[in-house]
Amino acid sequence: MVRNPTKHRLPLLFMLMVSAVALFAVGCDDDDGGNGSGNGGTTSTPAGSDSTSMPAGSDSTSTPMAGGEIDYGSLSGSVRVDGSSTVFPISEAVAEEFSLVSDVRANVAFSGTGGGFEKFCRGEIEISDASRPIQDDEVAACAANGIEDIVEIQVAIDALTVMVNPGNDFAECLTIDEVNNIFRGDGATNWSQVRDGFPDQPISWYYPGTDSGTFDYFVEAAIEGVDEEATHRGDGTSSEDDNILLQGIANDPNAIGYFGFAYFLAAGDELKAVAVDGGDGCVEPSFDAALDGSYQPLARPIFIYTTETLLAERPEVLGFINFYLENLGELVPEVGYVTMPEDLHQEQVAKIEPFLQ
Amino acid sequence: MATAGATEAPRLRAEGKVARRQWLSRISRWILFSAILIVLSALAFLAYDTIVQGAGSLTWDFLTSYPSRNAERAGIRSSILGSAWVLSLVVVMVIPIAVGTAIWIEEFAPQNRVLTVVKLNVANLAGVPSIIYGVLGLTLFVRFMGLGPSILAGALTLFLMILPMTVIAAQESIRQVPSSVREGSLALGATHWQTVWFHVLPGAAPGIVTGVILAISRAAGETAALIMIGAFAFIAFDNTSPLDDFTTVPIQIYNWTLRPQPEFRANAAAAIIVLMVAVLTFNLLAAVIRERFRRD
Repeated sequence: MVRNPTKHRLPLLFMLMVSAVALFAVGCDDDDGGNGSGNGGTTSTPAGSDSTSMPAGSDSTSTPMAGGEIDYGSLSGSVRVDGSSTVFPISEAVAEEFSLVSDVRANVAFSGTGGGFEKFCRGEIEISDASRPIQDDEVAACAANGIEDIVEIQVAIDALTVMVNPGNDFAECLTIDEVNNIFRGDGATNWSQVRDGFPDQPISWYYPGTDSGTFDYFVEAAIEGVDEEATHRGDGTSSEDDNILLQGIANDPNAIGYFGFAYFLAAGDELKAVAVDGGDGCVEPSFDAALDGSYQPLARPIFIYTTETLLAERPEVLGFINFYLENLGELVPEVGYVTMPEDLHQEQVAKIEPFLQ
Repeated sequence: MATAGATEAPRLRAEGKVARRQWLSRISRWILFSAILIVLSALAFLAYDTIVQGAGSLTWDFLTSYPSRNAERAGIRSSILGSAWVLSLVVVMVIPIAVGTAIWIEEFAPQNRVLTVVKLNVANLAGVPSIIYGVLGLTLFVRFMGLGPSILAGALTLFLMILPMTVIAAQESIRQVPSSVREGSLALGATHWQTVWFHVLPGAAPGIVTGVILAISRAAGETAALIMIGAFAFIAFDNTSPLDDFTTVPIQIYNWTLRPQPEFRANAAAAIIVLMVAVLTFNLLAAVIRERFRRD
């Protein structure tokens, strides 16, 4: 056969050659584009009527002076946004509108609230989307990398919705204790154990994956919030994909599940929302109830995070966040969340105002 | 049912064990036929379902628009460009490295235990889940090499992911070149290298091309590894450099299937059609190239 141990140099040479060719080809590509932000980039349709007149109408948009001070068209560079898939639709909508008025590349990803903070604390992204406030261990991780001037900006209110199959005619309103009993690890497994008079049927559970902010928030509000010792059950159907939860609940008469309010609005009438009694009577999930604080404890604030350093040194980050706050009034309801009340909105504006001078 | 099996022995009824064997033989034909029927109908159903859902959204505007919160305005321009960039880089990297590795293993490497271990490892690597390559890409390319969640980092990750299967395909086709070809070449005074370059490689080329294209099809559909390295879902500019942030068609599909609105699911189906057409084109290309090499 052809194997000849004396000829070892040739293959080595060949390997080196091909590696060199490959690296060279890749290296070449590196040079031509560089960090040219102006290279064609966005084929920005001229800032259309709908985008410039954005902050119109509804309550929280009166940002008096901030808007006029930034010339979005003069900004360039890029802003990386990553984090919660719950916040993604808002950040995406803002990035989309922003790309129409400026050359800044605002890129949005959704690797989850935790994943977003991890990248944020390594300085890999400028803005972290979060469906819960930053946790102490995440603050510590940031500090370990010298990131200590974190700025938290609330962008909207989200509400969780507890859902049952449309054929379920007994669970109209559940108290938060009953919700806790249904979803805690050592809780009810049969509807008859939830309340006297409920049918003798096994419960089947549907809830978001443990990586999601929605799950974290539910645990905080309805599991640990009711009983410190309780843990969320692990034997139900769990999915990151809200659609799978929707299909599951829609096809299973004994089902109960929960997910984001925005998703419930968009998915329409396929499911039945359960009113929740947080201690002051039954409250149906609705925009108004989430806004006035009566839909407790299942309504939550959602945030974006950045740092003072970025706001001070990166005009494109400041511009993006300013644009974000200016357009929340219009974009937040459009993607299915609840707009903050005016005073809360002004609080957020005040956080970036010092940097606008 | 008196089918083909019975006609071979007209009017003669077999008895006992023979009858059972003949019956088994007839049954097996139908079982095997229904096996392929299941495969085909699953495929047909998938294609039908996707086309019915997505065809309405598949317009020129859909191909040339950036993503949007509004399903009707949303398109896959940036994801097509991102996918094209990533896959081109993967091809450029994977062909020389995979073929080089396969040639070395099959033609030059000393046959010893070390080589056996290497071969075994290559085969095992081909079965590693893609998310693992995503983690590797994140630590090695995105962070350690400082490439960020760029096209280049994504391409390197997918390159590593499909390298083992490409190497195996190339090895197989090199092994299938008859040793008489090598011996003939050597007997006429060709060097080892000349033998490989002028005789073994051309003979193995059709198989190598098929292997590469199948692997590229897999890379074209990869989502998890790219999300892991931090690829974006909303990109509203045209990629011009391998260091740009990027998104790809499968990421866009995944993003849209997560949305509750049916319009976004129609968009996802339309994007799947685009991806399917692309992959089918790759495979067609493979067939054409294979035939051309055969004729030579």
